[in-house]
Amino acid sequence: MDVTRLVSLLLSGSILTLVIWLIREGRLREKYALLWLFTCIVIILLAASRRILETAAIAVGIYYPPSLLFLLGLLFLLMVNIGYAVTLSRLSDNNHKLAQEVALLKQELKKMAKTGTGD
Amino acid sequence: MKALVIIPAYNEETNLPFVLKDLQGFDGDILVVNDGSKDATEEVARRAGVAFVSHPFNLGIGGSIQTGLKYAQRNGYDYAIQFDGDGQHRADQIEKIVAQVESGKADLVIGTRTLAEGYKCGFTRKIGSLIFCLMIRILTGKRVADPTAGFRCYGPNAIRLFSLAYPDDYPEVESIITASRNGLIIAEESVLMRSRQSGHSSINRRKSAYYMLKVSLALIVDAMREKIVWSEA
Repeated sequence: MDVTRLVSLLLSGSILTLVIWLIREGRLREKYALLWLFTCIVIILLAASRRILETAAIAVGIYYPPSLLFLLGLLFLLMVNIGYAVTLSRLSDNNHKLAQEVALLKQELKKMAKTGTGD
Repeated sequence: MKALVIIPAYNEETNLPFVLKDLQGFDGDILVVNDGSKDATEEVARRAGVAFVSHPFNLGIGGSIQTGLKYAQRNGYDYAIQFDGDGQHRADQIEKIVAQVESGKADLVIGTRTLAEGYKCGFTRKIGSLIFCLMIRILTGKRVADPTAGFRCYGPNAIRLFSLAYPDDYPEVESIITASRNGLIIAEESVLMRSRQSGHSSINRRKSAYYMLKVSLALIVDAMREKIVWSEA
């Protein structure tokens, strides 16, 4: 086994360990856990065998296999980031609504406490 | 008809007493929306004996107006007046912007400053305003003379629509598009203004480029959105 492969296997192995640890700690929700576990498996497969990448690259007509790796990696990160932006927007929207609701409910509660009625 | 004055207030402890005093003769209720102020804004409202709601943190002017409109809707108000907490708006001008809402002629009335005497604005602001007028004209076909004015009256339809959707920050111009796209009738009425008592405008020169860009983008995005289902009928 050559050094390159050993290092890449070690690296991908530690990423997998990190993801599993984060899941165990409850710091990664299932929805994201699945995505990252799957990603780790793909990374390990690519590290274990050069043949996978080479075959895939030739199949789509790319003669320099690492190019395919960069392309797919970048696309993957881009999609994940757009997904985060969407999630972030939704959370911020929810946060906004909750803050308004809390403010209005607090006011109602105060009014009810003052008049002693719940109408 | 039940009327509510909504005062969005963020760190307005110095101006708010003056504003509340100005509103003493107003025939209706007052709601101070304390937008997560770090000063004694809430205390000022409490001592004055007016209703107030306090956001747990700062939401911005749009969020504050919307909270006020949600309050108006839940408490059965027929119309709501947006009245700035910094003392620029005058209580004696309220009846002017209320008239067309009261008679059912308009859903949203904007208190236009440009036509009134005593209002001066900088060159940059004039250009910005002009661009917004043009964009509104293109996107909705409507003529609005002072799209950035914050002295407004919301009728029942506007209260219902904006409770569901109201822009976050710099909401003045964008809300005109939202209103127009969702079938509200917009009217303008010229009003007199006061110069600022204390504090600073929310938009300084450094921010104005960002303001222009953001609002312009928001206008286009808003014009592409699907219509909001807001009426009961």
